[in-house]
Amino acid sequence: MPEAVITASLLTKKYKDFAAVDGISFEVAPGESFGLLGPNGAGKSTTMRMVGAVSTRTSGDLTILGLDPDLHGPEIRAQLGVVPQADNLDQELRVRDNLIVYGRYFGIPRRQVAKRADELLEFAQLSDRAKSRVDDLSGGMKRRLTIARALVNDPRILLLDEPTTGLDPQARHILWDRLFRLKEQGTTLVLTTHYMDEAEQLCDRLVVVDKGKIMAEGSPAALIKQYSTREVVEVRFGSEKNAKVAKLIKGIGDRIEVLPDRILIYSDNGEAELSEIIKRGLNPITSLVRRSSLEDVFLRLTGRSLIE
Amino acid sequence: MTTTLPTSPALVPAQTRSRFLGSIYAGNSRAVLGRGLLATRTSNYWIVLSGFFEPVLYLLSLGIGLGSLIGTVTTATGQHVPYAAYIAPALLAVSAMNGAIYDSTWNVFFKMNYGKLYEGMLATSIGPFDVALGEIAFALLRGLLYAIGFMIVMQFFGLNLAWTALLALPAVVLIAFGFASLGMAITSYMKTFQQMDWINFVMLPMFIFSATFYPITVYPPAMQYIIEALPLWHGVELIRGLTTGDLSWGLLWHVLYFAAMITVGLIFTTKRLRALFLA
Ligand SMILES: Nc1ncnc2c1ncn2[C@@H]1O[C@H](COP(=O)(O)OP(=O)(O)OP(=O)(O)O)[C@@H](O)[C@H]1O
Ligand SMILES: [Mg+2]
Repeated sequence: MPEAVITASLLTKKYKDFAAVDGISFEVAPGESFGLLGPNGAGKSTTMRMVGAVSTRTSGDLTILGLDPDLHGPEIRAQLGVVPQADNLDQELRVRDNLIVYGRYFGIPRRQVAKRADELLEFAQLSDRAKSRVDDLSGGMKRRLTIARALVNDPRILLLDEPTTGLDPQARHILWDRLFRLKEQGTTLVLTTHYMDEAEQLCDRLVVVDKGKIMAEGSPAALIKQYSTREVVEVRFGSEKNAKVAKLIKGIGDRIEVLPDRILIYSDNGEAELSEIIKRGLNPITSLVRRSSLEDVFLRLTGRSLIE
Repeated sequence: MTTTLPTSPALVPAQTRSRFLGSIYAGNSRAVLGRGLLATRTSNYWIVLSGFFEPVLYLLSLGIGLGSLIGTVTTATGQHVPYAAYIAPALLAVSAMNGAIYDSTWNVFFKMNYGKLYEGMLATSIGPFDVALGEIAFALLRGLLYAIGFMIVMQFFGLNLAWTALLALPAVVLIAFGFASLGMAITSYMKTFQQMDWINFVMLPMFIFSATFYPITVYPPAMQYIIEALPLWHGVELIRGLTTGDLSWGLLWHVLYFAAMITVGLIFTTKRLRALFLA
């Protein structure tokens, strides 16, 4: 394996006594697409900010492109592209000027940056909005502009904190396509997302983080294999009967999960389990056999209830 | 339509970083200054101009109007000058101050607390010292602009009494730099509108009492010490010496005062930016 572009070991960030990131370790290889998944408040953005060399770690080690961000912040940031969770475009500048000025922050000569800005506007499909005010753009357009801006310095690593939150399906697919092309060109991607389909589409490898700790690590397929079964059967009996029925279907499948509105049966052969349920004389109101997804893994690892 | 993005090798120049300031300075404050200039395109020119006219109105009403009753004033070193020529250099210092304060206080306050401008800047290869220097340089430009305008008005009324008045221009840069620097430093620690009002609360008495309209010898000694500790008095005395031709080595103290003010302002602004956006 080629030398990692990002190495974190026992990386920790504390705010007063509270550990937002609590001793996580991971490596990202060049050209790899690496995902951070986790519920709200898990510490994803905090990790991204440390990797982006804009937040100092409390303890642990962190190396970005072979450099320590505590000592070489500007040099590291020169080679990163950052899409923060909340857009921070320059509202006093027009769309194209946002790209040009941002490129100038990296010290790119004026003539080159102007050419680059036009390429990026094309890339983000914003060429016809070049002269618009930032405030006049839709949320999705702002997001695309933020991503275009992150590419102005042709970064070696692109950090994307929830890049597609708030985008419509078309815009998301366009963005996935763009990110895929960047990956093909050798850019390393690190992204966080709450969309499991996005993680499955884009990430070669990911970690699931909860309460500042890594709960699991692997490729999407490997995680599904390790933490879930091949298929899932979802059956509904109506909210009153669910609990009662649960006792009667014991032993079916590898694992059963009883939710207020439905019962999930994890198994490698969903159809077989469903016919077994029906054979036992239980008639679900609705039933569905589907492939196991990353979402099942995620919920299993981080729990279903909302603990804030 | 092309959708693949050409990758250009070495788009970002290799950083020439200094050994000690490496993590806070990338030697690229001109990009921050350039951004400020570009952003003024959307600003309201009436507000910009109003700041310039204020000292001009004082000059016309007090200098010409009140001056016709007062006649001449005796300066600290015993020189007799017409009243208008006495207050004009003070108002020149004030216009440099006003211009410099305009961008470095309220505008910086909004950028710090409501916009995410600095957060965005500091995610690039730029360092906090670049941001501080660039923003302060931008703020001082407005001070310089006001002051140049005011100098022209002074020349028009024949209030520049000596050739050394030309040196008032670099002096004005120094004064504007000092106010912009300290103004941004103080603003960077402010969190609420009430705190920002304290700045106005200090500015107004400073404007009136800093030997602007009459020599400070009219005050008791204790009061004089306080005024001499404040920056505007140093600006007023420095410029007055230059435009009236009343030169002495003592003027260098004022230069030194502003050099110190600039340094302190830059250090604290940089520290604060670092604590807010890179911690
Ligand atoms: N500046 C700060 N001061 C104090 N606590 C903070 C600060 N920034 C983040 N935290 C806390 O750290 C924890 C992790 O926050 P973080 O933003 O990294 O979560 P996240 O995984 O990105 O969540 P989300 O999915 O909601 O974006 C949260 O509990 C948050 O309240
Ligand atoms: Mg987040």
